[in-house]
Formats: sequence, C-alpha cells, structure tokens
Amino acid sequence: MRIGIPDDGGPLVPATPTTTARLVGLGYGVSVAAGAGAGAGFPDTAYEAAGAVVVPDAEAWAADIVAITRAPDALATPGPAGLRPGARGPDGLRIGAVLIAQIAPAARPDLVRALANRGVTAFALDAVPRISRAQSLDVLSALSNVAGYRAVVEAAAEFGGMFSGQVTAAGTTPPAGVFVIGAGVAGLAAIGAAGSLGARVRAFDVRPEVAEQIESMGATVVQADDAAQQVSADGYASALTTGQEAAALRAYAVETAAADIVVTTALVRGTAPTTITAEMVANMRPGSVIVDLAAPGGGNCELTVPGERVVSPNGVVILGYTDLPDRMPRHTSELLGTAVANLVQLGTPDRDGRLALDPDDVVVRGMTVAAGGEVLWPPPPVTVSAPAQVRPASSVEPVETSSGPRQARPANQALPPKPARPAVRNGLLGLGAVLAVLAVAASPADQVAHFTVLALAVVVGFYVISHVSHALHTPLMSQTNAVSGIILVGGMLQIGSSDPVVTTLAVLASAVASINIFGGFLVTHRMLGMFRRGAPTDGSAR
Amino acid sequence: MSVESVVQAVYLVAAVLFVLSLAGLSKQETARRGVLLGMAGMGLALAATIALALARSERPVGQTAGLILLVLLVGAAVGTWRARTVEMTQMPELIALLHSFVGAAAVLVGLGSYLSEPTGSGGAVHLVEVFLGVLIGAVTFTGSVVAFGKLSGRLRSSPLMLPGRNWLNLGAVVLSAGLLWWFLAAGRSGVFPLLLMTVVALALGWHLVAAIGGGDMPVVVSMLNSYSGWAAAAAGFMLGNDLLIITGALVGSSGAILSYIMCRAMNRSFVSVILGGFGAETGAAVQSGAVEPGSYRETTALEVADRLTAARSVIVVPGYGMAVAKAQYPVADLVARLTARGTVVRFGIHPVAGRLPGHMNVLLAEAKVPYDQVLGMDEINGDFPGTDVVLVIGANDTVNPAAQDDPASPIAGMPVLEVWQAREVVVFKRSMATGYAGVQNPLFFRENTAMLFGDAKDQVELIVQAL
Repeated sequence: MRIGIPDDGGPLVPATPTTTARLVGLGYGVSVAAGAGAGAGFPDTAYEAAGAVVVPDAEAWAADIVAITRAPDALATPGPAGLRPGARGPDGLRIGAVLIAQIAPAARPDLVRALANRGVTAFALDAVPRISRAQSLDVLSALSNVAGYRAVVEAAAEFGGMFSGQVTAAGTTPPAGVFVIGAGVAGLAAIGAAGSLGARVRAFDVRPEVAEQIESMGATVVQADDAAQQVSADGYASALTTGQEAAALRAYAVETAAADIVVTTALVRGTAPTTITAEMVANMRPGSVIVDLAAPGGGNCELTVPGERVVSPNGVVILGYTDLPDRMPRHTSELLGTAVANLVQLGTPDRDGRLALDPDDVVVRGMTVAAGGEVLWPPPPVTVSAPAQVRPASSVEPVETSSGPRQARPANQALPPKPARPAVRNGLLGLGAVLAVLAVAASPADQVAHFTVLALAVVVGFYVISHVSHALHTPLMSQTNAVSGIILVGGMLQIGSSDPVVTTLAVLASAVASINIFGGFLVTHRMLGMFRRGAPTDGSAR
Repeated sequence: MSVESVVQAVYLVAAVLFVLSLAGLSKQETARRGVLLGMAGMGLALAATIALALARSERPVGQTAGLILLVLLVGAAVGTWRARTVEMTQMPELIALLHSFVGAAAVLVGLGSYLSEPTGSGGAVHLVEVFLGVLIGAVTFTGSVVAFGKLSGRLRSSPLMLPGRNWLNLGAVVLSAGLLWWFLAAGRSGVFPLLLMTVVALALGWHLVAAIGGGDMPVVVSMLNSYSGWAAAAAGFMLGNDLLIITGALVGSSGAILSYIMCRAMNRSFVSVILGGFGAETGAAVQSGAVEPGSYRETTALEVADRLTAARSVIVVPGYGMAVAKAQYPVADLVARLTARGTVVRFGIHPVAGRLPGHMNVLLAEAKVPYDQVLGMDEINGDFPGTDVVLVIGANDTVNPAAQDDPASPIAGMPVLEVWQAREVVVFKRSMATGYAGVQNPLFFRENTAMLFGDAKDQVELIVQAL
C-alpha cells in the first residue's frame, strides 16, 4: 500500500526521513508532497534518499493511507471525492482511504461525520487511550512536552532579564522566579527547561501525589494544604470544591505577585479553569510574563486571548499562543512521525506493506473515530488497571496523559536474600570441626604438623582472596590454576621410581600438570597485559 | 645441610611467593607483579624438585633427567600454544580444561604413590589420604571435562535430569565409603577397590556437573577450581609435602570464596546450585510469576545512534550474549567514540555476567577498554537514575526488575543491575526469548525500554557507522 504525506502548509510534517525509511522498511511505498518537510528542515532530497517518492500535493492526498499533522477543516465540507484532474488538497482524499491525523473528534463532530460519509477509516493520533501499551502512539503527551519547553523559551524572549543569576563587576542580578501551575507533562517540561536556564522554579498542583515529581525536576512545591485534593483515582485532576478553589486562588495570588514568569497549564477534563484573575495580573510587576498553555481551552488567565500576545495595562505580557509545538517544527515533526510509524508498524506485523489494524484492540478502537461509513467516536471506555498499580506516580497528570519523570519512582529495595538456616549451618560446622579434631587426633605426629600447615594456609587464603576485586576474578582463577599445577612436584618425585608402571603414571601426571603451569601462567600474564588504565586526565571514569 | 633440607627451605620461599602472588592479584596495579611472583615461586619449586627427584632417583640419573625434560618440554609446548592462541571468549573452556588436568594429575599421582609405597609412613592414615586424594582428583577431572564440554558447546548445556539424581550422588558417596573400608582392610593389595572407587568417582564428577545448567557455570567453574586445590592439598598429605598442602589450601579457599561470591550474586545457596536442575524446576513458577507481558517497542540502530549522540551519560551493561556475538570490539569502539565526544560512558558488570567470574572484564580488557571505566554492580547501581541511556548488550536475568518487584519470580531476591531507573534503556537481543533462568523479563515491556533485535555485533557496528 502507498502512504501519502501531503503538505498542509504548516511547518509540521508527520514523517521525517528517518521514519520514512521505517515505513519503507515495513513494505510501504511512501509519497511525499514536494516541500512537505521544508518547514521542519527536511528537504525533498532527504526523503528521496530514505526511499520515498516526491510527488505533487494532490497525488499525496490520493494515496491509500494519508498521514497529516492535523485533519484540515476542508475535509468537513463534503466535496467531490476521488482523484480528478485539478483536484487540490483534501478533496483528493479517496473514498475508503485511511487517514492518520490529529482530528480532535470531540471538538469537530462535523469533520468526523464527513469522514465517515466518505467511507474513510480515520485514526486520531490525539485520541489514544491512556494505557501504557499505547504510549508510543500518544502524540498529545509528546506535544505537551514540546509546548512546555517552548513556553519557557517564549517567556525568556519576552522577559527583559536573564533567567540565571549573574555576578558581574558592575553588580549582581538575581535569578528569575518562575511559577508553574499544573505539573502535568507540559508543566514538568516547563519546570525542567526553566530550571536548566538557571531560574528559581516554584510549582503548584492540586494533586498531592505529584509533589514528588515536581521536586525531582528541581522545583520547589508550593504548599496550599486546604487546596489539596485526595489522591485521584483515575489520574485526572477533578474540579475543586469552593473551599479548595478559594485556597488555591490565595496561593496563586501570593506566588504570581512574587514571580517574574508564570506558566499556567491547568486543564480539568478538557476545560480551562481560571487560575489567574485580572486582579492578580494587576498585582504583578511590570515586565513580567504569563504564558498560558491552556489557551486552546480558553485560557487559565482572565486576560488571555487565545493565539495572541497581549499586554495588560500594568505592562504584564500574556502569551496565549496555541501553536507552541509548531514553533519547534523539527522535533515536533520527529515525534509525530515516530507516532505515525509506530501505529503503522502495529498494523503491519508481517512487514508486508498491508495495513491490518485489529479493530478489537482497545488501543486501535480508541483511536478509530470513523470506519466503514460509521462514526465510532466516542469509543467505549477503557478500564485502566495495571499501570496505575505499577507506576502510581506517573500515571496521574492533569493536562494530558503520559509518562512522568522516572526519577519519581521510589527506588525499589532489593528483596532480602533467602534466609539462611543458621541452625543447620552451625550444626554442619560443628560436625566438621569434631570430625577434623578426631582425624587429627588419630593421625601420627608428623601428620599433625601437616594439618597445622593446612589450617593456616586456608586462613591465609581466605584473607588474601577476599580482597580481590571482581574485575580480576578470571585472572585470579587462571593464576590459581597455574599454581595448583604444583602437583607436578608430586609427579616428578615419582618419575625416578624403579617401577615402570609408577614411572609411566608419573610422567603422564607431570605432563598434564606442566601444561597447566605453563598455560596458566602465560594466559594470566596475557590477560593482565590487556587490562589498562584510562588516560590519567580522562574525565570519563569517575 | 642435605639436599632435602635445602629443598624444604626453597619450598618455603616458593610458598610465600605464592601467597604474595595471589595477594598481588587483588588489585589492578599490582596484578602483573603478582603473576611474576607466582612464576618465580613456581620456578624455584620446580628447580628444587628436579634436584630432589634426581637425588632420590632409583633409576640412572640421566634417564630420570631425560624424562623430566621431556615432561617439561611437552608441558611448555602445549601450554604455551594454548595460552597464545586461546580467544578471550573461550577463557571459561580453557580454565575448565586446565582444572581437569589438575584432577587427572592428582589421580595419577595418587595411584603412583600407592603403587610405589603402598603403606607409606603413616599406615592407615596414609591410605585414607591416598584414597581421598584420588577421589577428589577424579571428581575434579570428569567434572571439569563436562564443564569444558558444556562451555565449548560440545555437550548440551541444559541440565541432565536423571530420575532420583540426588540419590544417585548419595549412593556414589556411600559406595565410595564402603570401598574405603575395603581398601583399608586390604592394605597392601588394595589396588582393586582403589581403581573401582576411581571409576565411581569419575562417574560422580560427570553426573554432578552434567546436572548443572550452562548459566550456573560461573559457580561450577569456581567450585572446580576449589576442588582442584583440595586435590593438590590431598596429594600434599599423601606425599608429606607442605608446599603442596599450602598451595592446595590457597587455591582451594580461593575457589571456595569465588563460589560463595557467585552464589550470593545469584541469591542462591551453594547446595542448590550443586544439586543442579535449576532451569527445569522453575517452569511452573514462571507461569504464576509472569506479569501481563504487554507490548515492547522496537528500535533501529540509527535511532539508537541518535539517542547516544544526544546523551550525556551512558552505561553499557554487557552479558554473556556479548561474548557469544564477540561484540566486545565494536562495543569498545563505540564507547571510545562516545568518550571522545565528551559523553560519560561506563560499563556496569554483574558478578555472574558471562560464564566465568570476571569474564566480562577480561573481554573488555581485550578490546582495550580502560579498566577504570568498568565498574561492578555495587559501584554503579546508584548511578542509573542519573543516566540518559543504558545499553544492555546480551544480558537478561542480571537486569530483570522481577528480581525486586515480583516475589513469585524464580529469581526473586537476586541482586540485579537497576537499569530501568535510567531515562532510556536499549536492549540488544536476538529475539524475545527468555534468558537462562527461563524467566520473562518485564524490563522489555517498560515504556522506557526499546528493543534492538539482531546480532549484537552487527547492530553495534551499524551504530558506530551512524555516529
């Protein structure tokens, strides 16, 4: 089958040369519209080198499978379907084709209906069920990660100061104060980005269980006990009670007034609650910056205008950009492309270039918004079970789903080793000691001296060997091997025997033992010659 | 001052040199000196022994000297040839083979000793010494031969499961005890019970090791190392030679300690390893302990190269699979390149990785990886959380989180390398098959784990090219 990558005019492209090569490796033909990757920095020649064909845009739309960043609104207006001369853009999408895109099915029922009418099988990359198996398909969490990072970059560009404190001859500047509301994927990414620029980062989340994650990213958790919810069962933040909301707002007021940068990411079940009132903005210092990542849902700040940069009367800049991931087209495209390739790979277990996604698979079912002429959105609910148990911390986030920082997972302690049975062990030791004493007592006098030597040598051996480093166990073994060739001494002394049988046995014994001695020492020497230390200045070895 | 007393004095010096030699091996800095001290000790001991053998010779001196020269020439020729040509990946086989030589020599020396002076000086005690020396030697001999066969792939490495195998072993021991009684009663004419016991002991050694699977070989090889030492010590008793006793005791305790360390690293008792049959017994537990497997994520060499380019710290965890694929050279090359870019790269070695204690360290040293870049499990386990990428090359059970998370797992409680704490884990593997312990590895299904299938060597070479 042929996969088409049309040019949506935006900077993003859902296939990079790397993922194109993966798709080709799965047996598909890939047609990339000319210039589709230009905005993300991938020239047509790179796609050709990866095995794709560069075609006009209309031809890319006419492929069996079409992957595009976002399903364009034009698909919602029922136009003449099928490839016809002069058909441009989405009109070229064929009846019965497969569409892989971000669709936002909840917000665009008309589009979903139109796709179903056309017989298109549509997979929404933004409707991936929240189960751990599906994480590699989930673009929402990947994009929120990018958005959180970009939010800090945008804020830094608007902010008239440096993030990290500087000490110069002309004076000292303090580090910027950054306050992050909502520690989901985007919030945590913002915390990380701001922290690595050198800012002092404080963060707040109504879910008490994410405090650990906030701290693991290097930020300080803002405490507002009255606002804290119970640990959420399903991982989403729920609406606050009146009392909680009041407490949270008090905390926001205090923190925003002190901060230079505020990044707010609160989404509750898809809608954006107000976290920053106009009054709070008025109390902020002029020149401060608010980045509202909830702008697509209407905004957390009362003054936010989605998609716009506005400046409050007292000079606070409020960024309501809704295209933050688009502003990092290269990496965003890589993430999208990987998700598309992962989905296609999931549906191509035989690498034969035929897409056969199992419609009963909960992941596939969740993503399928239209198929066989029917609207399949919303999907039946998916029960989340095991992941919550395995990763209690990271399966709960507010804005979007996904993986939290792994540092948050409490370090597992090794299970205690199997209990030894001291009674049995002591009993055996005691028995051995008694037997040894009996054996020595029954021996003639000259043998007793030998037992003394044996006992002392064993003790010396234990002390000497106990300090050998693990790395040298093999050389130690071959060395002890060579040394135990000392049995040659016994053989040699018998060679001179007058009994030819004894001499023969002795010669054989001596021969094998001497192989041991020569072989053992030489191979040990050879091995140790290989061990070398890194250059003394080598910083790689701590 | 007779030849005898001079020889005894030289033996004392040689014994001290052996102790110093093993002490030197405890650290990298002194290891080479340790080998040289051992060689010097052995040289002195041999020179003294030759002198003594010539002085005691019951044959014409020239004849004895010729035989000794012949023996040494054979030993030097074969030993040097093996030592020079052996591949470092074959080190476990070589060591097992060398152990079998010690065992064989102990048997031959014991028989010779009995034939040349049946009662010796100590009467019954001497006979017991002879008997035990031959017994230990024989068990060591066949045990090592089987270990060699399994390690070199000449024998199947899966455990041999005879019905009632523990009773067979016990029966062999009881039978040997009976033969000892007969041997003591027969006194001067006890060759027959002695030979019969030798056969029984050979069978016992064979069966003991045949029942142990390939993955337990680190324990087996160190155990045989210990046995070979005790065989030498027993020979020392029967010959009344303190040098043999000291050396044998040193080697014996060395092997015992190594066995103990290996067992602890697998969280298993020594007895359970020796009794064998590990892989098969746990079949049922695997079912119950299996977590829902979920899906794994496959990756490509190119993607891994990208990750490595972006990473600031990388830890490589090699296992037996790296030795099988002979991937240590490309791995070392990869690490050298990353290090040159300023990435912090280290190796994390589990104590039982490979088929021999310290096997991985030798392979990496062969590929010229600096030893201070190679860390043990306890040294590196705390560093995984701060690491960007972990490359798991041919290791499986030693990085299995089930050992910590799943009390029902057969490997529960075994100390493991906590690779999953790193930001990202790439597992190099041939297929999704389970490791030696037959336990499914939940690591592969973790969301921060990517699988890179195929021959480890080829894949690493691809990554190096992509860099």
